[in-house]
Amino acid sequence: MTEIPLSISDLTVAYHRKPVIWDIAVDVPPGTLVGVVGPNGAGKSTLLKACLDLIPITSGRVEFFGKPYQEVRQRVAYVPQRESVDWDFPILAIDVVAMGLYRQIGWFLPVRKRHLQIAQAALDRVGIGDLATRQISQLSGGQQQRVFLARALVQQADLYLMDEPFAAVDAATETAIVEILKQMKEDGKTAVVIHHDLQTVRDYFDYVVLLNMRVVAAGAVDEVFTHENLQKTYGGRLTLLDQATEAMRRREIKT
Amino acid sequence: MIAAVLLDAWLRTLTLQDHNTRVVVIATTLLGFAAGAIGSFTLLRRRALMGDALSHAMLPGIGIAFLIAPALGMQAKSLPVLLGGAVISGLIGTFAILLIRHQTRLKEDAALGIVLSVFFGAGLAILGLVQQSPGGHAAGLESFIYGKTASVTTHDAMWIAGIAAVTILIILLFAKELTLLCFDDGFAAARGFSVVLLDILLMSSVVMVTVVGLQAVGLILMIALLVTPAAAARFWVNRLIPMLWLSSFIGAVACLGGSLLSAAVAELPSGATIVLTAAALFFLSLLLGTERGIVIRWLHRRSMRLKTDRQHVLRGLYEIVESHRIGSHTTDSPRRINPTDQPAQGRINRAAVDNVNDEIFVPVSDLFSMRTWSKSRLKRELRRCQADGLIKLQQETLCLTPAGREAANRATREHRLWELYLITHADVAPSRVDHDAERIEHVLEPEMIAELELLLSESSARFQVPDCPHSQADLITGAASPENGHSRGVR
Repeated sequence: MTEIPLSISDLTVAYHRKPVIWDIAVDVPPGTLVGVVGPNGAGKSTLLKACLDLIPITSGRVEFFGKPYQEVRQRVAYVPQRESVDWDFPILAIDVVAMGLYRQIGWFLPVRKRHLQIAQAALDRVGIGDLATRQISQLSGGQQQRVFLARALVQQADLYLMDEPFAAVDAATETAIVEILKQMKEDGKTAVVIHHDLQTVRDYFDYVVLLNMRVVAAGAVDEVFTHENLQKTYGGRLTLLDQATEAMRRREIKT
Repeated sequence: MIAAVLLDAWLRTLTLQDHNTRVVVIATTLLGFAAGAIGSFTLLRRRALMGDALSHAMLPGIGIAFLIAPALGMQAKSLPVLLGGAVISGLIGTFAILLIRHQTRLKEDAALGIVLSVFFGAGLAILGLVQQSPGGHAAGLESFIYGKTASVTTHDAMWIAGIAAVTILIILLFAKELTLLCFDDGFAAARGFSVVLLDILLMSSVVMVTVVGLQAVGLILMIALLVTPAAAARFWVNRLIPMLWLSSFIGAVACLGGSLLSAAVAELPSGATIVLTAAALFFLSLLLGTERGIVIRWLHRRSMRLKTDRQHVLRGLYEIVESHRIGSHTTDSPRRINPTDQPAQGRINRAAVDNVNDEIFVPVSDLFSMRTWSKSRLKRELRRCQADGLIKLQQETLCLTPAGREAANRATREHRLWELYLITHADVAPSRVDHDAERIEHVLEPEMIAELELLLSESSARFQVPDCPHSQADLITGAASPENGHSRGVR
């Protein structure tokens, strides 16, 4: 029996006493690609942040590989939302990737050549090795997202938590990320990915968590990703009109 | 006679012959170095104004320390005592800001404004009391407000130098972690770095630099030394570590220049001279900075504008010549043989390309009516084209040279490839495509052109120009006769 990479039980998070996510209970099976899907404001990002101790949890318990997060940080990699940082920051792509190694490098010591080699390899893996010495504001949105992914990859973790890696990226980036997810799965790793594009859930993930403040349904995509469950998740708003606006929105992003 | 004495005094100052001046200037320079370094981080952490509130909040502490020190059996005017008081009240001010922000719904700028003014006001009141106390009149506490390097003793200078050195050491040791904190605190926290501890480290460095900077720069202007060098450095570099060193260097130069100036001219407060020197360096960077300076950005824009004008002229000429050829070839023009047989993106107008090679003189007025551009701008670009050997100008007509023809082919080809791409792959309506293509085509890089060719299966046809997609659309929809469609520009 392999250990459960991520086990959440009775998790509640509240801002100013108003619950944002409520009574979440999910066990993520090892070696799967998990999509977390839900409407805006459903608490998807909050869920990831609460798991990683970035925001205080009101109640509940989160365990990674059967242990609290502090004890297994090295095995868990985090890809924050791209918009969470200032991309005008004076730093090169490869330096951002090397940040994933800072813990390994240790306090007081500088980033050395061999760390930069690891970072370069990660950039190569996400397909933008030639952009290593670009300042990050000179990268496209998709390339920036790939830099973030590379920063998580250098950590050699067993579980990856990704916050909207497919948001507003170009087709090439989307393909590159999907390839890497597949590779992770082959290597027996697990990824929990916040996702907003319902059309591609079936193609990208084996397991899905439908979230709207609470877990509406969680399980294998084939069983759980049904029209009925989606309607529950999106509060029955998933009419044809909503689908049409969603399609229009996605097209605007892509062009 | 007086001039000679003055000159001598100046020379003595500027060559640092006076021991006290020498020590003070060196210490101040070190202070500027440290402030520039730590300022880079506070600027990137968006905490720059925190330093301002902090320095203003230090004033009451200085006054209180002066008043109560004798009661505690210490020398009232000793620097460590006064600065100790400054640190304590500075920290109280910082906590007050945090308290206001967390306990009320006020934003940080409001909290900063309140604390800054209240503490400074309290400080001024206490200083008023100090003036009336015995010995208070000569205490020279005002030098903490405006900065006066002349009041710094050799002993004080040692303190300044020592604390500046400690700050620089801290920055060197934690450069990596502080970078991570400033860039992405969420990721830092997820990786197990304590954001709170790193923030405290950063702010304590600011406190240390500020407190030793009070005497030299003064608490009102201390913020300039934390912000200006870092902001100036950003115009030159786009990596944090070089920015750190450059910012330190700018801070050091500002302090060196400013304190020398203040030492040479007795009535000038050093705070003002230091800040003005830093500001001069900032404006220099703003103008000439190699990464983001105004001049370099203007040059980029200008070269872009010239390139665009050049492409418009060449493409305009090409299209005029092309329409001439098609007009004169009447019905058996090759491009009009079974126009619907081939897919739109594959059609190449070989005839037009060959025919463009003839020397045809086009009136400048024809070219002028192609687009909405000013006559003077067009004339200027035509003169440049002639200088580059792309066109021949004869009176009011012009003609492409062989080199010009090649360039015109290329420019038109890129434009049309891009138009075809937009029509076939991005679903842009043919009537709108010219405008959309215009916005992008001028920045196309060679790799992108190659990719476009591949996409439109054109890779075998080098230097062939696809037909104008507007006329194709017209042909397909039958909305207009081919001649009309083609003379789009000439109309």
